[in-house]
Amino acid sequence: METVNATYAYITNLEVMNILQTIKSTKKKFGMRNLATVTYEALQYLEESPCKTQTCDSIKSYLRDLGAYGLMPHEMLQMVNDPPTSALHTQLLIDDNKVPLTDEENEAIIELTHKHFHFIGGDQNGLQQEEAQQQQQ
Amino acid sequence: MFVLAELKDNVRIAPDQFNLKLVDAVRDEIDRKLANKVLLNVGLCIALKEIVSLKDSIILPGDGASHTEVLFRYVVFRPMVGTVMTGKIRTCSREGVHVTLGFFDDILIPHAALQHPSRFDEAEQAWVWEYPLEDGNKHDLFMDVGEPIKFRVSREIFEETSPIGPPKAEGQASQNANTSAAAAAAATVAASQEVKAPYKIIGAINESGLGVLSWWDQQAKDDEQEGEEDNTEYDNDDDGEGACEE
Repeated sequence: METVNATYAYITNLEVMNILQTIKSTKKKFGMRNLATVTYEALQYLEESPCKTQTCDSIKSYLRDLGAYGLMPHEMLQMVNDPPTSALHTQLLIDDNKVPLTDEENEAIIELTHKHFHFIGGDQNGLQQEEAQQQQQ
Repeated sequence: MFVLAELKDNVRIAPDQFNLKLVDAVRDEIDRKLANKVLLNVGLCIALKEIVSLKDSIILPGDGASHTEVLFRYVVFRPMVGTVMTGKIRTCSREGVHVTLGFFDDILIPHAALQHPSRFDEAEQAWVWEYPLEDGNKHDLFMDVGEPIKFRVSREIFEETSPIGPPKAEGQASQNANTSAAAAAAATVAASQEVKAPYKIIGAINESGLGVLSWWDQQAKDDEQEGEEDNTEYDNDDDGEGACEE
């Protein structure tokens, strides 16, 4: 076995969840116990994580909006996998030693989370209202 | 937390699988070999994503099976150092808190990286964060088994594990077939050998916002709810410094 590139690409939790769900629905071969085990356990973990409510499009639009803040790629990946819902959470994910995040930026980022990823308690019908608010800003 | 690793390997397809399409047979063989296994300096292999290319299949003398060189991409679990992740507390011991993700167990948060100050409660076998309140009292925040916990990855350790050797004649602990390095077994004369985990993650929770999720949930809901008794210490915590002042 040769490792050509140990980190060929970084992938989001959503993509992994989709791959595993495809595998789960197709494979039922003999001798594949390891695959079944790790697929099942990883799916259990992922389905409890925020990626359960994400879609490919919602992530793309989230990243487009996040582009305004000049974040590093690894910070954006972390935010997609675990979208921040509080100021403290955002500060954990974004290293703001060089350019500190202002409170407004922090709040705007949290609002992006609610806008793109509808959590329990998120407002699904409020998309239009929030878009109007963004235009006003 | 997951990466795609590009790997190359020679896959052997036994003759009884010649009825399958080569791609499917190769895919199954790779998964059989790699799923749920740790590759040194790569990470915990989860599942095959795609086959990039297949070279010609050849038959070697003396073996009826076909051998194909495959270039493929595999989903691997390997969080970057500095990533913040959420897991569940598996157990607490003197060395620290053991966290699990379900599919990956070997995560340790050493006691030095816990929120300061913390103590180990022998009776409950749990670590406790002694949160200092303003009036000088301390509020005990327990880290119980099964609680979801947010932590930052501070280190990753890959250990080389060699194949299990034959059991020794002496009544040494090598009766335990899981010993990974026979040399280490001879050096450390312990009653029971521990299994060396090939891939370990060392985490840390000594920052505001890290630790058991319920510790910080209250702060986020400050604007919406009235503070309960447990909240009083967070209410004045405007910039989320908590007990950690550095």
